Amino acid sequence: MTKSYLSEENFATLHKAIDAYKDTQGPLMPVLHEAQHIFGAIPIEVQKVISERLNVPLAEIYGVVTFYSQFTLEPTGEFLISVCLGTACYVRGSQQIIEKVTELIGVDVGKTSTDGKFSLQATRCIGACGLAPVMTVNDDVYGRLTVAEVPGIVKKYQETH
Amino acid sequence: MNNVNLTINGAQYEVPGNLTVLEAAREVGIDIPTLCFLKDINEVGACRVCVVQVEGARALQASCVLPVREGMVINTNTSRVRNARKNTLELILANHNRECTTCVRSKNCELQSLTEELGVRDIAYTGAKRTPSYDDLSPSIVRDSSKCILCGRCVSACKNVQGIGILDFMNRGFETTVGPAFDYSMKDVPCIYCGQCMVVCPVGALSEKSAIHKVWELLDDPKKHVIVQSAPAVRAALGEEFDYPIGTNVTGKLATALRKLGFDKIFDTNWAADVTIMEEGTELLGRLQNGGVLPMITSCSPGWIRFIEFEFPELLPHLSSCKSPQNMFGALAKSYYAEKQGIDPKDIAVVSVMPCTSKKSEIIRPELEVNGIRDVDVSITTRELARMIKEARLDFNNLEDGTFDPFMGDYSGAGVIFGATGGVMEAAIRTVADVLTGEDLEQVDYTAVRGVEGIKEATVTIAGKEIKVAVAHSTANARKILEKVRAGEADYHFIEVMACPGGCVNGGGQPIQPASVRNVIDIRAERAKALYSEDASLSIRKSHKNPEIKKLYDEYLGKPNSHKAHELLHTHYYKREKFPLE
Repeated sequence: MTKSYLSEENFATLHKAIDAYKDTQGPLMPVLHEAQHIFGAIPIEVQKVISERLNVPLAEIYGVVTFYSQFTLEPTGEFLISVCLGTACYVRGSQQIIEKVTELIGVDVGKTSTDGKFSLQATRCIGACGLAPVMTVNDDVYGRLTVAEVPGIVKKYQETH
Repeated sequence: MNNVNLTINGAQYEVPGNLTVLEAAREVGIDIPTLCFLKDINEVGACRVCVVQVEGARALQASCVLPVREGMVINTNTSRVRNARKNTLELILANHNRECTTCVRSKNCELQSLTEELGVRDIAYTGAKRTPSYDDLSPSIVRDSSKCILCGRCVSACKNVQGIGILDFMNRGFETTVGPAFDYSMKDVPCIYCGQCMVVCPVGALSEKSAIHKVWELLDDPKKHVIVQSAPAVRAALGEEFDYPIGTNVTGKLATALRKLGFDKIFDTNWAADVTIMEEGTELLGRLQNGGVLPMITSCSPGWIRFIEFEFPELLPHLSSCKSPQNMFGALAKSYYAEKQGIDPKDIAVVSVMPCTSKKSEIIRPELEVNGIRDVDVSITTRELARMIKEARLDFNNLEDGTFDPFMGDYSGAGVIFGATGGVMEAAIRTVADVLTGEDLEQVDYTAVRGVEGIKEATVTIAGKEIKVAVAHSTANARKILEKVRAGEADYHFIEVMACPGGCVNGGGQPIQPASVRNVIDIRAERAKALYSEDASLSIRKSHKNPEIKKLYDEYLGKPNSHKAHELLHTHYYKREKFPLE
């Protein structure tokens, strides 16, 4: 997987953020927010630096990162595909939709493709039950979907550069 | 703090105002069950087993974290309370791997005991179980998350008592587990293998990596001459596995049990502790007289050695170069003993019985061998020895008292007290004082370095010279001292560090006492008493007065710190990367 987001520049920015917070009370949360913002994720390489500089055990940092949904261990892909598995979408077949997406892009739910192009997530109700089943790709919304329509949609993004 | 008046189960009591409801109830003889609670270590109110009904409060309250108040009316035994406790237990059990019959903690499991005591017979809930992870790759610790009940005791012991923080909660909700970061194996993280997580675990989620099968194999091999050594702290706690009161010294029965298990020679690590004093005391005198690196720090505790290698590698020159008594023993068994008895060292196997789980990792350190022969072949814990005794169907309680074999089995009182915090320091001072004064001093008790206070300091005046010493136990306390050393603020000459709180008597390989005992008894102090009373009862209480030690030097090693002694009994250390993984 490309790890260009772990650039020296980004680490320099992280060090500045740590310096800004390290003598304040409870510096871990604000530093993690900064890290998520800087790198788009908080992978082990970043956690190690925070652990050493803040003197907080790695296990504690990992625990916080995996507890809060705002933090992620790997960056989201260029296109974030979200399939609603809320009740209305589910009864109208969104499970088959998400399975089709998985098959087409080769990425499990909650993961990112090795080329960094796609991330796939299952969401709870997004409040568009009238359009069930619903899938979003970044800011684009696709409603009243059928499994047959999925390949065309995915192809569109695969061809976008 | 003023007293407060409260009502518990209809009766009125006056109790100190700084207590929790749990403590107040205990004070007046009312027992409230607990599960996650462990005094001084884990007081978080997480499991809800200790709930009580408080008049005026809507919900049931966790008594372990509920302070008493004036006029409080508490009920600990209503059907609402009993049902809530049972319900909580059923929910925990529904997500627990209930293979109790074959579990290493069977009959010594706090969850199993509570289930029985609270009368849970059916578990109303069935459903998904957490995805388990199982890790037995480290030399010392086995982690089985299918047994974990998320009480958090191990997290607190590692982070707060030891100041390390290998284990923590990860993920959330139903998927919550406890383990190292990224679910790494315990072999790939800066764990010191002290085992304090295991001795606080109420269930079988954390246990030692058993080596019992290797010992049976050696005993079955007619070509092997199998020597056993037993550490000082083992005799202070082994009896607990056979229902003796905590603090009973079972030295005699230990010797007989080892003989009946079939070992060829029953020797004692206490003997090697005396050798350690000769080597370490001489090293200290050398550093004092020749301007060596001071303060010098002891090196007996392998958990402590791993700690300094991971956390303070720049301070490694402060460590004594002495191997631990376990490894000094092994090296001498396969050289001195082998030569005197005419046995090929390759045919000798050394088994050590230790209060320690880190010793299992120490024996595989690559440098701890002489001429390609490992110092120690197998290291088992006090708990594993108890299991072997049970498996061999020995009636431990009715064994007659035996003795250790001569040659490497006689020891001084100084060797005995190695098992308690401050013991190595006191033993060293006894010998150093005699050497410096050139006398046989009557003064042998240095009580300032005894006891369970986290950091102990003392100044001893010997032959007109002041020697400043410090003793730290638990790595969190060691860290405090090391930070002072690093900052140049510590003017000590000699520091003793033991990784475990209380020293080896409370090691990670010792019998496991449930919270119900640990909440009311300081097992560190009780077990230490067994060692100090044996010390006081012995006629020889200084290492250099042990005739077998004199013989060792006269006939084999020459002088302490001689070339031969260095070859066999001294070692070196190295920096370890805290984050070795890519």
